[in-house]
Amino acid sequence: MRQTKAVEIGVGLFVAAGLIALFVMAIKMSNFSSFDNGAGYDVTARFDNIGGLKERSPVSMAGVKVGQVSSIALDSQTYEAVVTLTINSQYAALPLDTSASIFTAGLLGEQYIALEPGGEETYLANGSELQLTQSALVLEQLIGQFLFNAGGDDE
Amino acid sequence: MNTWIQQLGQAGIRFFQRVGRAFLFLIKVLMSVPASLLRFNLLVQQLYYVGVLSMLIIVVSGLFVGMVLGLQGYNTLVDFGAEESLSVMVALSLVRELGPVVAGLLFAGRAGSALTAEIGLMKSTEQLSGMEMMAVDPVSRVIAPRFLAGLISMPLLAAMFSAVGVLGGYFVGVGLLGLDDGAFWSQLQSKVDFQGDILNGVIKSIVFGLVISWIALFEGYDTVPTSEGVGRATTRTVVHSALAILGLDFILTALMFDE
Repeated sequence: MRQTKAVEIGVGLFVAAGLIALFVMAIKMSNFSSFDNGAGYDVTARFDNIGGLKERSPVSMAGVKVGQVSSIALDSQTYEAVVTLTINSQYAALPLDTSASIFTAGLLGEQYIALEPGGEETYLANGSELQLTQSALVLEQLIGQFLFNAGGDDE
Repeated sequence: MNTWIQQLGQAGIRFFQRVGRAFLFLIKVLMSVPASLLRFNLLVQQLYYVGVLSMLIIVVSGLFVGMVLGLQGYNTLVDFGAEESLSVMVALSLVRELGPVVAGLLFAGRAGSALTAEIGLMKSTEQLSGMEMMAVDPVSRVIAPRFLAGLISMPLLAAMFSAVGVLGGYFVGVGLLGLDDGAFWSQLQSKVDFQGDILNGVIKSIVFGLVISWIALFEGYDTVPTSEGVGRATTRTVVHSALAILGLDFILTALMFDE
């Protein structure tokens, strides 16, 4: 009887340790705690070139993360990239003429969308489209232009 | 010439008969799993032998694997000034790959071989047929609790392996090499995705747990009932489980992380 009790306690500890490990991974090691999908609204933005932007890339305003990219599609009429941003509902009061730019975190880091607030009194709502956008800087193009200009100066 | 072809045919037939028996065995085990839940004591006992007794090797290996990843990763990343990403590298390699795979390999060696030897010995000493004589179904009395215990233990052990491994990386990175404590965890939280990384790792470990338990129990159940046969079956369990884990890991990775 004592044997089974020890066995049961051992199994209890084992299962608890496994669940704690999962819990620690979820809370401490992943984005689980900042999981607030669904509680947000979608706005779209059109870009000529999105560079290396991916789904789930962060959307930030003044450096604070306010949402994420939820889908990326190509408009086959205008050949522009249509990016859908999901903004957390706690940031509901963004002006309608907010502009979106694609920046790179650091020189070689991942790309993200930075929002710059405008001055309108009306706010963005679900389904709004950001009119003012700035495409990604493609480093290769910049270097190409720079080399081209430098070559031109010499001659 | 004729006998050579005949032998080839015999080997082929034996192989496919064995595969067929293995699948029939799996179906039989799965059918008797619900009934074995009623005999909860048996399951608890098997969880002890299969899970609790594997904990030590899993936790110790996880700690050392994490520490080695921390050291090696640091040496490489520091050349690029990216040592802040050490935690992400350690955590993603553990959660996505090393946790399920290495824990699976250790589990197959520690628990799978023991299961095969136990069942094999039961068969060769005719305990299993004895049970049948007493109208006790050995599959639901002996096999199903062990199968379920393996299936439950494996994801828990893999989660422990990954969590302890990250802790090992933390000891090396923050304790030994002087990385910033806050950056270590905040990098993790911003780069590790719960659904994409952690849940997929858990799914992997469940699949591995099923395959290891299946192979181990089938090898024991299907063993040639001699001491040599049991020895061979035990070896085959470890080899086949390892091959199955590595092969399945490739397929699962290709399916899960294709982005």
